[in-house]
This record gives sequence, structure tokens and C-alpha cells, in this order.
Amino acid sequence: MSATSPNPSLGLQSKRWNGLRNILEREGPFCKDDFSPSPDNLEFLQTKCKVLVIGAGGLGCELLKDLALMGFGDLHVIDMDTIELSNLNRQFLFRRSDIGASKAECAARFIQNRLPTCRVTPHFAKIQDFDDTFYQQFHIIVCGLDSIVARRWINGMLLSMLRYDSDNTIDVSSIIPMIDGGTEGFKGNARVILPGFTACIECTLDLFPPQVNYPLCTIANTPRLPEHCIEYVKIIQWDKENPFNVPLDGDDPQHLAWVYERALERANQFNITGITYRLVQGVIKHIIPAVASTNAVIAAACATEVFKIATSCYDSMANYLNFNDLDGIYTYTYEAEKSDTCLACSNAPQVLPIEDPNTTTLEDVIKLLCESARFQLKSPGLTTVFQDGKKKTLYMANVKSIEEATRKNLTQSLGELGLQDGQQLTVTDATSPTAMTLQLKYQTNEIEMN
Amino acid sequence: MSSPAPKSPELSDKSKKYDRQIRLWGEHGQALLEAATICLVNVTAVGCETAKGLVLPGIGGFMVADGSTVTEMDLGNNFFLNASYIGKSKALACMQLLQELNPDVNGEYVDESIDYILANRPSFFESFDLVIASNLNEQTLLLLSNRLWVSNVPLVYCRSLGMLGTIRIQLKEHCIIEAHPDNRQFDLRLEQPFEALREHLESTEVTSKVPWLLVLYKYLKAWQSKNGGGCQAPSNYREKTELREVIRADMTADEENYEEAIKAVNTAFGAGLVPLSLKEIFDDDACEQLHKKSDAFWIMAKALKHFVVQENKGYLPVPGVLPDMTANTDSYIALQHIYRQQAAQDADHVYHKCQDYLKALALPMDSIDERIVRLLCREAAGLIVLRGTRISDEYEKSCRLQSLVEDNELQGSLTAYNFALRAYERFLTECGNIPGDCTVEQDIGRLKSIASKMLVDLGLHATISDDILHEICRFGGAELHAVSAFIGGCAAQEVIKILTKQYKPIDNTFIYNAISTESVTLRL
Repeated sequence: MSATSPNPSLGLQSKRWNGLRNILEREGPFCKDDFSPSPDNLEFLQTKCKVLVIGAGGLGCELLKDLALMGFGDLHVIDMDTIELSNLNRQFLFRRSDIGASKAECAARFIQNRLPTCRVTPHFAKIQDFDDTFYQQFHIIVCGLDSIVARRWINGMLLSMLRYDSDNTIDVSSIIPMIDGGTEGFKGNARVILPGFTACIECTLDLFPPQVNYPLCTIANTPRLPEHCIEYVKIIQWDKENPFNVPLDGDDPQHLAWVYERALERANQFNITGITYRLVQGVIKHIIPAVASTNAVIAAACATEVFKIATSCYDSMANYLNFNDLDGIYTYTYEAEKSDTCLACSNAPQVLPIEDPNTTTLEDVIKLLCESARFQLKSPGLTTVFQDGKKKTLYMANVKSIEEATRKNLTQSLGELGLQDGQQLTVTDATSPTAMTLQLKYQTNEIEMN
Repeated sequence: MSSPAPKSPELSDKSKKYDRQIRLWGEHGQALLEAATICLVNVTAVGCETAKGLVLPGIGGFMVADGSTVTEMDLGNNFFLNASYIGKSKALACMQLLQELNPDVNGEYVDESIDYILANRPSFFESFDLVIASNLNEQTLLLLSNRLWVSNVPLVYCRSLGMLGTIRIQLKEHCIIEAHPDNRQFDLRLEQPFEALREHLESTEVTSKVPWLLVLYKYLKAWQSKNGGGCQAPSNYREKTELREVIRADMTADEENYEEAIKAVNTAFGAGLVPLSLKEIFDDDACEQLHKKSDAFWIMAKALKHFVVQENKGYLPVPGVLPDMTANTDSYIALQHIYRQQAAQDADHVYHKCQDYLKALALPMDSIDERIVRLLCREAAGLIVLRGTRISDEYEKSCRLQSLVEDNELQGSLTAYNFALRAYERFLTECGNIPGDCTVEQDIGRLKSIASKMLVDLGLHATISDDILHEICRFGGAELHAVSAFIGGCAAQEVIKILTKQYKPIDNTFIYNAISTESVTLRL
């Protein structure tokens, strides 16, 4: 058998796999019901199973290592970022000499050199650069992302790839399980999502902490914290004085130095203490603290779940793990529930209640879509089709010419725009690869009928 | 402008590299980490993953001790070995591949087994700040842990077997100033305002522009005089509702500071007194009986106690930390200034008392820094002292273990797994081979009799289920990388907590089951 492999230590019979083979080739009292112990399991991991790792940062580096050492032989990794100095305290596949290089390419090269049993294909790109034909090729997708928008987008992609049988049940072969990890300082979570079957990212959108936003009037008129002074320079003073004739770049030391000095002046003026260079950097770049250990733990939990799904050796975690090691070590696993009205996976029409169409403007609707916990959209574009079949773009911020042409609609009420009770709006946004349909529901009629 | 704009303090290269973690444990925590040297006993995947979590954040140095050579089998789960080292020293291989992660860190190795070191140069471990060991047999574990207990070197012992992992920390005493509680209670002294605060509160007009604290104080006074004139705060739901309603009744518009005051009724009171955990520290022998070798923590604790009991009517030093409150700048900054002034003044008293004690003990006056005293005063309510237990005590009959058994069963399957892993280690010592290495069925029986005898010897009337012992034998000694990475990540952070004296480590045994994704912490 080893004759077919030029290097016997790379073959399925290699002694390196002795430990894994005990797990994959022996019966056990806690195995999943449909587990069949067999050498085929390792062969599947080594030669057939294809896993996509999204992100080659703190979690991604760990995931690639963990999966390669759990027997996986064919990994792909996507990351659009390049390596920075402040990555090196945890992204252990990178060295100082790699600064500026693609994370995905560098990580893939390192893993393949260290672990020749695993092939890693890098993609120095955005997830949005690929369509369903690309994502279709994977058995399992693992995410190690720091962006909520990217998580929502890939979640939407996997949901859009579900196929339904004639009786409207999901064709099981169209499900690509998604394992998602996230960390922040000493806290992290890992979850297993079976798109269409278990709670998806949108079902539990309220689990993401709201972003800290300071009220503009505090920043402008009554600052009390050093953060208020930094925000003032960032939001108001930079645009007013435009010191370098370019937008503020948090990675440019000259820009940061300017903000630091102006923020310090403002703080002194108000007798506020506590402006430090590190704080300025943190506020400008929205820096989230990160340590090697939490990334290691969360990636390990994710890799364990990938392994369980790929081999059926044990039941998957159901379905959400919270981890925190600020005070001792705390873990809590619970079943996040699928929402019947989920925007993304419920397959139900989304109803948007409107109190009064004659006082609610289009701008109000957009504000609601961005600010409510249910939607949390970034910059939605809205179109609709009238009864006569005419299609109309109500508002679209992302294309300059369309924005200019539709801006006047923002201040009009829904009534003035001719939108009827029950009319459907098609909403597109960066948070999803597919459009969402919203149905207007006017409350005024009901009240009158009562 | 009278002075030129200050030069921006661009961060140093090291400070930039470690930026994301310095935001958590500070430059002072980083300095402690960089001054520490640890020893890694046994090159296993879990050991190397723990070491990785220390080399990356920049520990000062690490020593690897292992007497074996790299085999093909080791390559399947350990990232810090590769095929080019087959036949060579495992300690050397893993030291070089770990060191490569971070050139700031100093790596060393010795290619001797732990048994050899313990037998021939037992003082080897005394120079380390902490020892990490993993996957030992029972005999070696007991020898090593006893040696380290005597030398007062903390031990972090990790196990990773199949889908199971554990961490056991053995240390004598560990004092924490900065526990970084997740939900910090603000200590505002509204019930018993210190003099400067009382003057400020009573001389400031309450408008819609002042911080909620002044609003709350005004109505608290009114509430107190209505309720007997004492200086108590509302303590139960009814009283709190009453106070909230009084505030709400006086609102004319929707004043934000009034709304915030109503919200704060629940959390603003009750801080400032000595909590039970601090009382225990004050009553500790180490605090009562200072001597020349007392840790600086205890000298400061005694000075703190003196201040609280003798000088401040039982109240803690003011922490001087104020939450943000909607208000105009001047009124907020004025209030903040009063709290900060008092905090500096209180800490100054404690610092001077520390100096008195240092003088009396004939210790150098600069051995306690003013800044650390300020920190201790700010964190006074959350100081923690952990007193650990010796691993070998777990192997003796003791009443502590009895609480783990109820109705002839070990409480919780994770507890059962912990004892099953101990039976596994005894099997290694007694039988000289790994349970389930070759045949599963036969070894289940042998493991079962070892486990039963072990529990009887401990005086525990309980059994471990056959399924658990079967599963352990099924693993056949397999160390799975994903489980080792989980445990290694956790263990590395526990080591950092111990070395930086920040955040609270486990006390003292953490058990993780990757099959069910459950964990528990037991005090054994």
C-alpha cells in the first residue's frame, strides 16, 4: 500500500494517524447512532472532505492548524487582509518578515510546509468575490471572522443555496453546515448552524452587542470622557480642518498623531484627563482587545464540531457555546432557537408594520431598517413594483447617480409615494447576498375598523 | 497658547506588537510576563499548545524538559514537531519550533526525562516561576507535585486524552489586586458622603444639567428624613420604588439626569463597606503577622486594614472611579475631581502606613511603590487571596472528597471522568502500558478493577460507569489535537493570570468533555 505513496509517512497507514484511528475505527458507548467505525472515515477526511475556512486571522490560523491535525486533507482559506505588526501576538503562522503579505497565502504556505498531509488553497479575496458555484464545492464551512456583516452575508449565501423538494421540505443534500466562532478579549463563542434547520445568524441577531455610539450633542457640547474628545476630532474637526486633504486613515501614524494632539488640546480645554495614544488609536480604529488563548480555545471548539460532523463520530453540539475566562474558566452550552419570523431563514414574508402611511416618510422606514434590533441593516436600497407592473427605485445610496435621483423621495410619506397597504418592497443590503421582500402593513385601517 | 503642542508619544515597536493584549493586562502586566521563566515538562500536544499561548504574548523564557526522541507517531497531533526531527531530541525540536514564534523569547531545553531529573537533580525546578506538566503517570505526577509544593513553585498540570481534558493548578498562595470583575459596582458613598463630597452635594443647585448623582442625593435626603432621618438607603423593592416615584413626581420635562437617577436607584447604594472576602484577608495570619519575608501584598493589606478600621470608620478608601453621567462638562468634571482628590488622599494615608511598616521591618522604603498602593486602594473591595491545595492530598482519604459523592454516585459525569482519568494514570504506573493501546475489551476489565480499588482506598462509596471506562479504553491513549488546543489555550491563560497577578484563576480543577461540550470547575 505504501508503494503508491512516495513517502510512507504521508499515507493513510502512517503511524502519525494512530491516535485518530482509535477514535474513527473503534466502537464506543457515546458514539452517534449512525457512526460506523471504519478506515473509510480517515480516508474521507484525508482525500474527499473539503472544508472552507473563512478568515486567516486569530481564529483562522488556529482553525487551519487544528483541522490539519484532526486529519483533514483538503482545506481552502479566504482572507482579504494583509499581515500587520499587531497581529503577531496571536496569529502564529506569521512572522515579522511577512508584514504586508496576504494572510491567506502566508497561512496556507506555512501549514502545508509543517503538515504535508494537508493541502491548503488560499484565496486572497473577499467572500463577496465568490458566488454559489464556489461555495457549493465544500462539505463544511467554518468562519473565524471579526465582522458581523460578513457573517450575515455568508449565512445568507448558504441559506440561498438550499433546495426545496416539491412538498416544500429542504433537500438535505443542499445543506452546508456552518460553524461560526467569535472572540473578544477573554470572551468567545462557537456555534453550529445547519442552514434551514437550526438557528441561523439572523435568528439570533440580538446576541451581538450593540455598538457604542456617543450622542453627537455630548461630543460637540458637553464632553466628559477622553473618548468624547477623540470622537470630536474624528467626526467634526478632521473634516473642518482637513489637515492632509484626505479622509482620516487610522493606519497612518501622521493622522493619528494629529488626532492625538487635537484631542489632547480639547481635553485640556475642558479639564478632562486620560487621553493616551493607545486610547486614540483604539477609538479611531474600533480596536477590540485580543489574546492568543481565547482564539485557541474557540477555534479548537469549532474544529471539534467540524470533525464531529465530517465523521459522525459524536453528536454535534446543540448548538451555541459561550466561553469566558475572566474569572476562572466558564463555559455554557445551550440551544439557540430558530426564529419563526427570521428575516433570513424562516421562508416567511416579512411584515413591516407602519402606524400611519401619511406621516411616515421613506427616510423613517430606512432609519427603522438600520436601527431596529430585528433588521440592523447598513445602507438598504429599496425598490417596488406597482400594480400596473411599473418598477420603481425608491432609494439607493450606493450608486451616486441613483442616489441623487431618488434623494427627493426620502422626505415624502409612503402615501405620497403611492405605496399601498400590503405592497411589497424589495430590499438589498450589504448584510445579505440576496434581496429581502418586505410587506407594508398599515395599522391605521385596523384602528378604524375597531 | 503658553506651551507648544506636546510631541505624540508614538508607541514602541514591542508595545505595538503586543497592543491587543496590553489593552487587557496593561504595561505592568506585560512587564511581569516578560520577566517570567517557565518550565515545560513533557513534550505533548497539550503541553506545546500551552507553551505556544505563552511564547506568542512574550513570556521571558521557557525551558523544555523531555528525554525522548521524535517518532512518526508524534507528528499526528503536535504542531511543534516535524519530520526532519525524527530520531532527534523531542525537547530540542519543540524548543526550536516554539522559539521561532517569537524572537523576543528565550528558549532552552534539556533532553532528560522528568523521572531522571527528579531522581538526580531535584532542585532543577526551583529557578522557575511556574512549571507546566502534562500526561504523566500517577507516580511521576505525585513526585513532581510534591517537589514543587515544597519548593513553592506553582504547577499547572494538564491532561488531554481522547475527547477529555483537565487542568489542575497547584499553588500555595496567590494574591490578586486586579481581578477585573465583569460588572464593577461603583462605590459612590451617597449614604455616607465624605466631607468634601457632602459639601459639594449640599452647595450645588440641582438642575437638569447636573450629573444624576446630585439628583439622587437630593431625593435620598428627602426620603431619609421621611423615613426616620437616618442615613440608610432604600434596601428593598418597596423602598426603592418609593424613592423612584418621588424622583419621577418632580420631573417637569423628560430630564435625562432624572431618568438616569431613577435607573441608578438599584445600583448606586451599598458599596464602600468591607466585604466578607476582604474581612477574611484582614483576619488572615499573614496580614496580622508581618515579617521580613512578607509579600508586599500583605504589608499593603495590613496598611489598608489600619486605614479602614482606625482612620476611616470602617469604610474603604474611595476608589475615585465615576461612571459617565449625562451632564454639562463643568459639573461632571467638578464632581469627578472631588472623588479623585479623596481617592488620592486616602491612598496617601495607606501609603504612609506601608512606609511605617517597611521601616519597622527594616525593609527598603522603595520596595512598595506609591502607584501600586493607589491601585490596591482602588481595587480594595475586590482583593482576592487564593490558598491552593496539594495534589497528593487528593490521593488520601479526606472529607473534601466526600462531598463529590451522593447516593453512591459521583456528582456529575465530569467528576466521574476526572476520577476515570486518575485510574488511567494509575493503570500506566501499575501495568506499564496504555489502556486500550492494543485491545480494548481486556483493558476495560483491568481499568475497572483499578478504578474500584482507587475509590475504595479514598473511602468513596461510588463506582464509575462502565461506559466511561470503556470510552477511556477506546481512546487507547490517543491525544487529539483539537482537545489539546482547547485545554492548552485555557491553561496558557491561567498561567498568564498567575504570572501577571491579574484576573482570577481556577481553584483548582477544570474538567472539559468535548463530546458534550461541557465543563466544570471543582475544588479538590
